[in-house]
Amino acid sequence: MSTRQQVLVLYLATSALDAEVVGWSRYDGTGLTRPATGDSDEPPYATGVAALEDGWRLFQASQLIPPQPGHEYDTSFLKHEFFFEKLTAV
Amino acid sequence: MIAGHDRKRVEIYGCPMTTSTEPLTSVQMARFVAHGYLRMDAVVPQAMNDRAIEVLDAGIPEVPYGTPLDQAFPEGSFARELVRLPVVAGALASLVGPGPTVDHHAVHIREAENGTAQPLHGDAIIDVRPDAFDVQLMYYPHEVTADMGGTLSVPGSHLRRTNESDTGRYQNLRGQTRLTCPAGTVVLLHHGLWHGGRRNDSSVRRYMFKIRFNPTVPQVRLWDTGDLADPAVAAELRTQFPWYEHATGRLEIHNRILLWRALTGDATFDIDHWTTRVANRPAVGSDA
Repeated sequence: MSTRQQVLVLYLATSALDAEVVGWSRYDGTGLTRPATGDSDEPPYATGVAALEDGWRLFQASQLIPPQPGHEYDTSFLKHEFFFEKLTAV
Repeated sequence: MIAGHDRKRVEIYGCPMTTSTEPLTSVQMARFVAHGYLRMDAVVPQAMNDRAIEVLDAGIPEVPYGTPLDQAFPEGSFARELVRLPVVAGALASLVGPGPTVDHHAVHIREAENGTAQPLHGDAIIDVRPDAFDVQLMYYPHEVTADMGGTLSVPGSHLRRTNESDTGRYQNLRGQTRLTCPAGTVVLLHHGLWHGGRRNDSSVRRYMFKIRFNPTVPQVRLWDTGDLADPAVAAELRTQFPWYEHATGRLEIHNRILLWRALTGDATFDIDHWTTRVANRPAVGSDA
């Protein structure tokens, strides 16, 4: 018996962990599922906190970084990225 | 999406390939500026769709980068017929103007039961031109059903400053479009739109023919501007998408205003004071 990591990435509407989910990705170290780009239209959780309530453990949150001077109106990557994990016995 | 009542047939002169076209309206252009694409369902006649698979399987000869459109495809060829359809020619003329060049073209095939999906990406490299854009035509010769892995695209992503597949980490975004469409559908994309071919879980090969166009004229008021003052223009430009973060969604409106100013040549255009407010810097002693 060993453990494998399942990873859930949630993108939230604000920097608050209880904000609504606007994007999501999954990566499955157990090999039991094969998540892929564009494989679902509905988020797995409504908010980041809802993922905590379902047993996901937060291990990384994006920092709040001020825009570079002169680039205040530029848009680029999603800003509010939260990484969660579950350790699963296989 | 273009509906029949939106179309107006005119003759465009002054370009080497004079043809009958149906230009876009201002409202449709604003929709393109907000969404980053224009979808035209079943605009290619079925007789052409019936020929398409054989033509695409045979391959369409490469053309050198930057070949003028009127020289890229021989008279009588399928590709030439496609780009000369009045609704297609009109949309292209409205977006990139007369006499565009062909950047490149490609036939994309997703094999049946093909187990991989492309990462979400923008084509080419990061491209932040504030007052010009390329257009990519995507033509689907057959019906695309949900399990065929139709192109994934993210409405309103085209003004994000990201480089190619650096967005590959994002698997799903609220409000994304997983294309299903009838045969003969054409989608015109802003070059920056995030998109990707999805996994084809069906037993049917999926075809898509893509052509990228470069403008050769300033992209200013190239469409039918008769409805420029229509309040529906601003309404289109205000569109928010479910995947936007609250704060960044406001910046998207700001940046669309700047693009609309470039496309209309109207440096005073604004929506709800977003751009005027942050540019207001009264000088000492002024009356402002």
